Amino acid sequence: MDVLVWLIPISLFLGAVGLIGFIYTVKSNQYDDPEGDSQRILSKEWDDHPKP
Amino acid sequence: MSTATLSACPACSAAPSAQDIAARAAIRDVKLTLSLPTIHCSACISAVEQALNAHPGVNDARVNLTLKRAQVDAGSAVTADELVHTLAAIGYEAHELDPGSAAVTATDKAGRDLLMRLAVAGFASMNVMLLSVAVWSGAADATRDLFHWISAFITFPTIAFSAQPFFRNAWSALKVKRLNMDVPITLAILLALVTSLWETTLSGEHAYFDAALALTFFLLAGRYLDHRTRAIARSAAEELTALEVPRAWRVVDGEEIQTPVADLHIGDLIRVRPGARMPVDGEIIEGRSELDRSLLTGETLPVPAEPGTAVSAGEVNLTGPLLLRATAVGQDTSLHRMADLVAVAESGRSRYTSLADSAAKLYAPGVHILSALAFVGWYLYSWDLRTALNIAAAVLIITCPCALGLAVPAVTTAASGRLFKRGMLVKHETALERLASVDTVVFDKTGTLTAGRPLPLGLDRIDDASLSVALALAEGSAHPLSQSLTRALRDLAVPPAPVTDLTEMPGYGTQAQLNGQTVRLGRAGWAGPSQNGGTGAVLSIGEQVVEFTFADDLRPGAEQAVAALQAAGIHVALISGDRQAAVADLAARLKITDWTAEALPGDKSARIQALQDGGAKVLMVGDGLNDTAALTAADVSISPATALDAARVASDIVLLGGDLSPIPSALTTARAATRRIRENFRIATLYNIIAVPLAIAGLATPLIAALAMSTSSITVSLNALRLR
Repeated sequence: MDVLVWLIPISLFLGAVGLIGFIYTVKSNQYDDPEGDSQRILSKEWDDHPKP
Repeated sequence: MSTATLSACPACSAAPSAQDIAARAAIRDVKLTLSLPTIHCSACISAVEQALNAHPGVNDARVNLTLKRAQVDAGSAVTADELVHTLAAIGYEAHELDPGSAAVTATDKAGRDLLMRLAVAGFASMNVMLLSVAVWSGAADATRDLFHWISAFITFPTIAFSAQPFFRNAWSALKVKRLNMDVPITLAILLALVTSLWETTLSGEHAYFDAALALTFFLLAGRYLDHRTRAIARSAAEELTALEVPRAWRVVDGEEIQTPVADLHIGDLIRVRPGARMPVDGEIIEGRSELDRSLLTGETLPVPAEPGTAVSAGEVNLTGPLLLRATAVGQDTSLHRMADLVAVAESGRSRYTSLADSAAKLYAPGVHILSALAFVGWYLYSWDLRTALNIAAAVLIITCPCALGLAVPAVTTAASGRLFKRGMLVKHETALERLASVDTVVFDKTGTLTAGRPLPLGLDRIDDASLSVALALAEGSAHPLSQSLTRALRDLAVPPAPVTDLTEMPGYGTQAQLNGQTVRLGRAGWAGPSQNGGTGAVLSIGEQVVEFTFADDLRPGAEQAVAALQAAGIHVALISGDRQAAVADLAARLKITDWTAEALPGDKSARIQALQDGGAKVLMVGDGLNDTAALTAADVSISPATALDAARVASDIVLLGGDLSPIPSALTTARAATRRIRENFRIATLYNIIAVPLAIAGLATPLIAALAMSTSSITVSLNALRLR
C-alpha cells in the first residue's frame, strides 16, 4: 500500500495538468466556433504549412 | 526638443510621423461583420474566405460557422456593400451587421464562466470517483478514511466554485418565498456534503462526495447547453436589429447633417432619399415621389406622394428625394404606438407553460416532502439523527432532477441546432413545444409568401416596338416597377429604342422624345388613360397607349412549403391586407382555398382568435406591422429576416434566409423534439419509481446512488441525441 503515497499525488497532478490545459483552451477562444472547426479539418487549405 | 532629436538621429524625426500614420491607418482599418445565413459546410467556408481575401483591400477574413458570420479586417476603402456584392456573385447571401452593437463583437462571458465551472466540476468528480471506486471495492479502516479526507479536500473548494449558479438561483427564489428547481438541487448538494463530512470525521462507511460532484457536473452540463442555445439565438436576433438604420439626414439652414434618429425633434426638417425608410411621422413639404407602404399595410403597389401628404415612420421612399417636417418622433410615431399595443397584448407564449416548468412544479415540492418524510420517519423509528440525515440526503441525491436539468436542454439544443442549420432561428425557449402542436398555418401575403418584387405579366401580347420604347424609358428610373420591367425586357433580348431628352418626374414616371414624339412611361392618368383602375404602369407613344400589369413574385420555397404543409394534413389559410384580385390570384397559384383579402390588422388577429376558439393551434407567418397583432395572438409565430423590427420581436422563430421551404420540416423537428422530451420524462419517472423506495428503505449506498444517477443521466442524454 506504500505505493499509494506516490500514486495519489500523481493522479491528482495529471488531472490538474488536464484542467489547466482546458482552462488555457477556453481562454484562447478555442470553443468559439466548434461547428466551423469540425468542418475545417476537411478543407485542403493549409495542408502543407500552417496559415502564416 | 525636436532639434535635439534631429541632432542625435536624423531618421528619428521621421519615425514619429510614421507611427502616427500607422496609428491613423489602424483607426481607419475597419472590422466588418457579415451575417451569412446560407453557409453550411467546409466548401462554403473556403469559398467565402477565398472570395473575401481576394477582394482588394481586405487584410483578413475569417468565417465562424457556428454563428454563421464572417469577420473581415479591411482597409478603409472597403465597404460592406462591396463585400455583400462579391459574395452574392459567388452565390452566398450576406448582410452587414452593425459593428457598434455589443453582441456582434463581444465574446460570450457568461458561457465561458459556465464552461469553466463545468470543467472544474468534471475534473474534481473524476478524481473523487477514482478514490470512491477504491472505497467501494473494499478499502477499509485507515485507507478508507484517508480516501474520504482527500475527497473532502477536493470536493469542498470545487462545490464552492462550481455550484455557485445553483446557490445564487436558489437564494434569489427563496428570498421572494418561492421554490424553483435550484432549491432541491442546492439542498441535495449541501446535505450530501454535511452528512459526508460528518461520516468522515466519525470514520463512517458512507460518503457521498462523488455523488455531490457528479450531480453538479451533470446539471452544469445541462445548464451550459441551455445557455449556448439561447446565446446563439439571442446574438443572432440582436444582429437582425443591427440591420435597422439608426441615422437620418436633418436639414439645418440648407445643410444636411447626419443625426441619430433618437435626436430628432418635432418640427425638424428631414431629407429622405430614394430607397430610404421614413425615420419619423411627418408631412411632405417638398418633393414628389412614391411610397412603399407594404410593411405597414400589406399593399403591394406604391402610393403617390406630394407636398401635403402625411407619411408614417417605416414607409419606404421609392423615387424622388423628399423633405419632411416631423410631426411625431421616437416613441410617439404610429409605428411605435402600434408596436407598443402588440407588446401589451397577451401573447401566445405567455399563456403557455413549458413541459419542463409543469414538471418542475410537481417535482420541487414532491422531492422536499419525500425527503422530509424519510428523515422524520427514520428519526422516529431509530432516534438516530445520523442515520436519518444520511437517508434524507440519499433520497435527495437519488431523485436528482437530471431528466429535467439535462435532458430537456439536450433535446432543445439538438433541435434548435438542427433548425439553425436550415436557416431558422428559434428565439423563444418554448417555441418548439408550441410548434409541435400546430394544426393550422396562417400566411400573410405581401413580403411573406411573395418576395415583394413585382413581375410584369403578359409581355408577349405587346408589340416589339412598344417594348423597346418601354425598355428605353424604364432604364432611366430606379422605381421598382421600372427596374423589374427592365430586367424582364432585357431577358427577352429587346433592344432599347433610341430616345432622347430622357427625364424622370418623381412620383409620375419617365418621359423622353422619340422621332419628335413625346413618349411617357408611368402612372395612369399622367402617362395616359387606363382601363383597369391604374394598378400597373402605362406607356404612351403619342396617342397610342399600352398598359403593363404586374403581379408579385413568389418567394422561393413558398409553393413547396404550402404543398408540404397541406400534404401533412395541416389547414393552410391566407390573410392579406392587399386587394381582392391580387390575393385571389395568389391563392389560386398556391392552391389555398381558405383566403381573406383587404383585412385590417384587427381583422387578422380576430380571424386567428376565431380559429383558436374553434380549437385550432395556429402558426402565423407574417412580416408587416399589420401582422404583428396576429403574430402575437397566434400560438406560435414565424417571420422572415426581412420583416419589420416589430414583427420580428413579436415572433418566436425568424427565418434567416429568403426561403420558406424549411417551415414544414420545422414542424416535423418540433414534433420529434417534444416526443423525445416526454419520453425522457417517462424514463426519469421509471427510474425514480425503482430507486426512491430503495433510498427510503435505507438500502441505497453511495455506489447505488452513483450508478443510478449516472445511468439515468446518460440514458436521457443519449435519447436526446437520437433526434434526427
